[in-house]
Amino acid sequence: MNLGAATYVRRNLIDRVIRALCVVGTVVALIPLFSVLYYVLVRGIGGINLDFFTELPKPVGETGGGMGNALLGTLKLVGLAGLFGIPPGVLAGIYLAEFGGSRFGRTVRFAADVMSGVPSITVGIFVYSLVVVTTKQFSALAGGVALAILMLPMVTRTTEELLKLVPESLREAALGLGVPKWRATLRVMLRTALPGIAVGVMLSVARVAGETAPLLFTAFNNRFWSSGVMEQEASLPVNIYTYAVSPYEAWHRQAWAAALVLLATVLILNITARFLVRSRVGAR
Amino acid sequence: MNLEPLTSVAKKAAQKKADNTEPMPPETRPVHDGAKLEGMEPAAAPGPEIASRPRWDEVSVSQITPKMRAEGLHASFGSSEVIKGISLPIAEKLVTAIIGPSGCGKSTFLRCLNRMHEVVSGATTKGKVLLDSQDIYDRDVDPVRVRGRVGMVFQKPNPFPTMSIRDNVLAGLRLNGVKLKDPDGQVEKALRAVALWDEVKDRLAKAGTSLSGGQQQRLCIARALALEPEVLLMDEPCSALDPIATARVEELIHELRETYTIVIVTHNMQQAARVANFTAFFYLGQLVEYNRTQVIFTRPKEQRTEDYITGRFG
Repeated sequence: MNLGAATYVRRNLIDRVIRALCVVGTVVALIPLFSVLYYVLVRGIGGINLDFFTELPKPVGETGGGMGNALLGTLKLVGLAGLFGIPPGVLAGIYLAEFGGSRFGRTVRFAADVMSGVPSITVGIFVYSLVVVTTKQFSALAGGVALAILMLPMVTRTTEELLKLVPESLREAALGLGVPKWRATLRVMLRTALPGIAVGVMLSVARVAGETAPLLFTAFNNRFWSSGVMEQEASLPVNIYTYAVSPYEAWHRQAWAAALVLLATVLILNITARFLVRSRVGAR
Repeated sequence: MNLEPLTSVAKKAAQKKADNTEPMPPETRPVHDGAKLEGMEPAAAPGPEIASRPRWDEVSVSQITPKMRAEGLHASFGSSEVIKGISLPIAEKLVTAIIGPSGCGKSTFLRCLNRMHEVVSGATTKGKVLLDSQDIYDRDVDPVRVRGRVGMVFQKPNPFPTMSIRDNVLAGLRLNGVKLKDPDGQVEKALRAVALWDEVKDRLAKAGTSLSGGQQQRLCIARALALEPEVLLMDEPCSALDPIATARVEELIHELRETYTIVIVTHNMQQAARVANFTAFFYLGQLVEYNRTQVIFTRPKEQRTEDYITGRFG
């Protein structure tokens, strides 16, 4: 087949134009990402010192102080969220992957998809009326519940998708060895999908670590160290908000530093997750 | 679980390995119809071990001592019936091959023999499958227990990717919660039984998936044997293997039939001729002809069988 030289010249030209458009699109997409990283780094690095991680905030007018309580608070909130969100999420994911073909399964899947689209502030209000009103106080517990609700659909769907990626032949191998279905699911299917699920869970942790809205009226904020989970709790995102809208220059610097720490935490979680996947592929 | 029955097989495998270049001693020489078909020298007199029971190549289908027996078996996926009423006795401690064109229901039939068919959603069965005269489709029979007695080797080697070679062999026992008294000994026994021991003994901790395709398939057979099934079902075990690996697996089948009842589904008619004592020809979900392998391949009674084995269709 020969379509004539002109056709091939035209095709090559189109090929080049499309490729150039893709490169331009990629660059445009990367500009906001890198400018955010750059800007936060430049503005935040000045506020980072040991005190920032260990000290309590100082009152307006005094210099120094840190956000140790907010950093600890964020870790506490994320930890609680993981505690409440991961186990039911993983179990629901297993259910959907194994029995999701039923009408109920399809409903659950649909609900999870809808839930992952619910604005986080709505979840905040919901937990406010559910936990804060009943316990009559803002608390780390309430904040953890709110974040857990946000994590739940992400964890569920990731677990389901990754379990579905495990070849059916492995399940058959296990069943063919006279292994009961539940054990085949846990010890073969889940075990094989585990590294991927761990990555998905980490990413969802990273995602909720930066949530502000659901914490505003659940964990609220705290200028001091809190003990236990039934006191109001400071967190980095809420502190960033509070400090950024304040009129004080020193607080603005602190807000930038907090933003940098939060960004770094999320980035580290992401990179660790990806590294886990890569080292697993390498081990094969 | 007691692994004693494996010992004789293991010994043979080890012995064979040792004098690999020598011709096989008569008592371990594969005795089968296919040898004659292929113009190889005729089978030697049976060794002492198999002399005690009637020579299988003198046994006709009606004289089979069945280990399993399908009776009026129907199997469907949703509304499409794939097996349309098959009755077939499966001879104890012999090899039965099932041949037929693609889509004739060979694999489905095999999967009905250890209740793996019903694992697929929408799959149903009717009729009986007897294992030692007990219907495995009886309401109070636990399919999980059936699968422990009737092991299965699949078309594509499927070792567990998260487990080492050693753990793959023990997987069946461990996943069933069996306390292992001598795991190392059991691993060695099972791997020797499939003539894989010498190839992998120095890297038992490596991933099962690091082996070649043929080695993986033998690992999967070892994994099935470690559970000491009574029957071993093989669903085109060599279709993903090269000719050398295929030869090894076939050799293995010869040795295993001393201990196990084997049913093998194959697309490869030479393979059926080489390894099987009895051969069943399936067509469109029905059993067309069932006889000694030699008869099927030399003087089939049915025209369709003849057409298939001579390559006129299929």
